[in-house]
Amino acid sequence: MNRGGWAYATPTALFVGVFFVVPILLVGRMSISDWGLFAGDRGVNVPANFTSAIDDRLFWPAVWFTVKYTVVTTVILLGLALGLALLVQESNRWTGFLRTSFLVPGALGLASASLLFYALYSHLPGILGTPGRALWSTVGLVVWRFAGFYMLLLLVGLQGIGGDVYEAARLDGADRRQTFRHITLPLLRPSLALCTILCVTGSMLAFDQFYILTKGGPDNSTITIVQLVYTMAFGGQNDLGRAAALSILVLLVLLAVNIVQFRGLREKA
Amino acid sequence: MRIRIAALAATALLAACSSGPTGPASTGPVTAEGTDDGSELTLWTRAPLELQANALVEAYNKAHKNQVKLTIVPNDDYVAKVGAAAGSGDLPDLFAADIVYVPNWTKAGLFSDLSERIGLLPYADKINKGHVDAGTYEGRKYVLPFVLDLSVMFWNKDLYREAGLDPEKGPTTLDEFKAQAQAVQRLGKPDTYGTYFGGNCGGCGVFTWFPMIWAGGDDVMNEDGTESLLDGPAAQKVYATWRELQAAGAIAPGSKDETGATWVAAFQEGKIGVMPYPATLLPTASKTVDVGVGPIPGATGGGATFLGGDGIGISKDSAKGDQAWNFLAWLTSEAAQKDVLAAGKSTVARTDLADPANPVDQVAAAPQSRTPFAVNFQQAFNAPGSPWVTLFRNQVYGDPAALESDNDAVTAVLGR
Repeated sequence: MNRGGWAYATPTALFVGVFFVVPILLVGRMSISDWGLFAGDRGVNVPANFTSAIDDRLFWPAVWFTVKYTVVTTVILLGLALGLALLVQESNRWTGFLRTSFLVPGALGLASASLLFYALYSHLPGILGTPGRALWSTVGLVVWRFAGFYMLLLLVGLQGIGGDVYEAARLDGADRRQTFRHITLPLLRPSLALCTILCVTGSMLAFDQFYILTKGGPDNSTITIVQLVYTMAFGGQNDLGRAAALSILVLLVLLAVNIVQFRGLREKA
Repeated sequence: MRIRIAALAATALLAACSSGPTGPASTGPVTAEGTDDGSELTLWTRAPLELQANALVEAYNKAHKNQVKLTIVPNDDYVAKVGAAAGSGDLPDLFAADIVYVPNWTKAGLFSDLSERIGLLPYADKINKGHVDAGTYEGRKYVLPFVLDLSVMFWNKDLYREAGLDPEKGPTTLDEFKAQAQAVQRLGKPDTYGTYFGGNCGGCGVFTWFPMIWAGGDDVMNEDGTESLLDGPAAQKVYATWRELQAAGAIAPGSKDETGATWVAAFQEGKIGVMPYPATLLPTASKTVDVGVGPIPGATGGGATFLGGDGIGISKDSAKGDQAWNFLAWLTSEAAQKDVLAAGKSTVARTDLADPANPVDQVAAAPQSRTPFAVNFQQAFNAPGSPWVTLFRNQVYGDPAALESDNDAVTAVLGR
């Protein structure tokens, strides 16, 4: 590459280096060290960090809850987003208004949205009172916040499908259901796959909404894995080594899941 | 989450090693007043004490050449922020800490040794003993009281009148507490309940229930803070009282999922008869409710409070020890305690300045009132999902037979 090319690439490379590579290396180093929040590095502590992270009494409940939450959120969110996208696909006066109103919640930060719902829910006693209700109340918030965003992604995919394909299907006598099943869905696959990757990754890293709405309660039933990382680091254990070990485990799982998903995406696209 | 990972990384980047006790940076001989030479000092505290912190800093800045720059941090982010700054050597000159976390933080070496300077104060032995003891590690003193936050019993005098109770007399035993809460409940007023508590909030439980155990002379932990005694008869009486109130429907339904963010709200709206409450909020609550104030009673009488609030010290990173000490010396002086704190209806931190007519000052001086001491306090009690939260939720809502094993789980964390 010539010098001009390097100049163009440098800002991005710097950005990636400072905000991605360096932190990952540091978390990696922490994860193998006995590293207290206040005390700093006190030498190598491997594999004790990893075994003690897995031995935490809340580890398996957190894994199970995170998986459950990811599945529930992804299914509901993508189903709803697809429905909304189909609803506002045609361009006219009303769909412009609808599109905007579905998208507006996406302009709010997730933490702000969580606080908004916290205020709303505090007038409905008991809505966060049982494990089931706490989960569904949070799913409600997340769907409200993100449905518009995924609708937009799917809408772009929908509008990328040429009108001639639909016309050909109509000439062949396909009804609406057949058109959806055999034209829309297959051609929308790349967009759907992208949404799934984003949604699964986001849900597995869920933190803000539970941190604000439920604090992991009631009775530790809504603790996600990232919340557990936070608790280990700042919730009195003040053990950055153990927290970093758990972060590394989450990172590995995410990598594996994403590899599988990208493979699926490539095969069919 | 990205910000938090960055904070973790920043901590990692420049983590400092802790060392033995050292005094703050000093340029001349150590004096009782410190130095007032127009330096700028930084001070961090957490949001619940904003009112008092602002009043104190404003009064200090008006009367001194030194100028204190105050930073208020949201309660839930405070530990993380201090941790990141401690790692990178960027702690402010002065910072406050929830007094129950202080033993952990002094052990980690975040504060400078103030023993010599505190010894020079003429009123050194009059400063609130609970806070000073919590800030003493291996015989060295690191922390002075910043703002005292005591738990006391609040009752709504109007609701007491309606329920035919004496509005000037709060509960003096746990059974009276139960009876008075139920009397208010029996009014059957819409949205009005006998009592309230932070049913999913470990810190609230510590703050409001521990005094009920202390009042009868019992304790919640052994002296070293390594073993939980929360399965004793006095503690069981406390749990039974709340369980019966819950069964009788006298606790507001929002209690069960109260994480602590709004646990003081319902009383201020006039919807609660009687409940243990932070004394610092008396000025706020008095705006909307005719409040009765008394000590938190034990099973068979007595009265106690949780000597909570924040301690304050000079950080290990401060280069302005003499100037920072000037603020601390002023903070414990009569000028600050009487003209700022007492005038603002906060509790004074010196026994010789206490007002004998003030029920809050009285209970602060009661021999049963304490600041509990444990290095792993936060993890055992305050943290979301702590074993203490599991324990008291089982006692009120779940299976009370789990007490012994739940108590062992608290001990397991304390003794770690």
